[in-house]
Amino acid sequence: MAFTSAVITFPGSNCDRDMAVALETVSGTAPHRVWHGDTALPEGLDFIAVPGGFSYGDYLRCGAIASRSPIMQAVIAAAHRGVPVLGVCNGFQVLTESGLLPGALLRNAGLNFVCREVALKVENAQSLFTCAYEAGQVIRVPVAHHDGNYFADEATLDRLEGEGRVAFRYAEPVNGSARSIAGLLNDAGNVLGMMPHPERAIENTHGGTDGRGLFESAIRGLVDA
Amino acid sequence: MKVRVHVSLKPGVLDPQGRAIHHSLEGLGFAGVNDVRAGRLFELDVANTVTDAALDDMCRKLLANMVIENYRIEKVAA
Repeated sequence: MAFTSAVITFPGSNCDRDMAVALETVSGTAPHRVWHGDTALPEGLDFIAVPGGFSYGDYLRCGAIASRSPIMQAVIAAAHRGVPVLGVCNGFQVLTESGLLPGALLRNAGLNFVCREVALKVENAQSLFTCAYEAGQVIRVPVAHHDGNYFADEATLDRLEGEGRVAFRYAEPVNGSARSIAGLLNDAGNVLGMMPHPERAIENTHGGTDGRGLFESAIRGLVDA
Repeated sequence: MKVRVHVSLKPGVLDPQGRAIHHSLEGLGFAGVNDVRAGRLFELDVANTVTDAALDDMCRKLLANMVIENYRIEKVAA
């Protein structure tokens, strides 16, 4: 059964091609490419990826304008129907701005743009996006962001932790993120937002393959279903 | 009608930019600055038919992120 996926591109997205290559490399099927101004998604999607970049030039707030774009209304509706949605980096910001994930991503506490490989701890290895990893496993994945400092009020953070919705945590200081949250699931578990870039860690020639597990998890989930 | 929308971070939300500006002011020798919070100002020119409720909606749906920000609407005499 072919894995049917889509990658959304906004003006200013710059990780959409890497995301498409990652999805095709791991699944064997090239994803549909969907433009921000489209109002409908292709039929029968198994997976939607909202990629990184600087959508709409990061105007207003990172991800704010993209989250109000025509295609995002279709992505939000698909997410509510249970279609898996992955948002990476700017894609994570788009998902918080759209209300699919709680909280917000603030300017990095150190004010610097952080661009390097970081250690991530897999907190929840039972989700659709992480089941190919082991709980507690430490993986190395690149980050490249200026606004990755996750914020939510204490009560929300406690609830997220209690519900096992922290998928990944930074295993080293990166951006001042609350509770070191690097990746977060929605309450139904079909939406994941994360600042690190798994799509940039799928080939040894590009520094490692620790990001493959995320795509393998999603594909395995589909095959088992 | 001219409208100003002031958007500021909620109390308790970390403002690294404000902190950096504060630090810079101190570096310039300005004493007695206790704190700096950076915000944003939008100047809107809207038709007189635009209601207060619509302005409120604009702030909540786009101009401010209600998770981290507060807003204040100020109508300016034309």
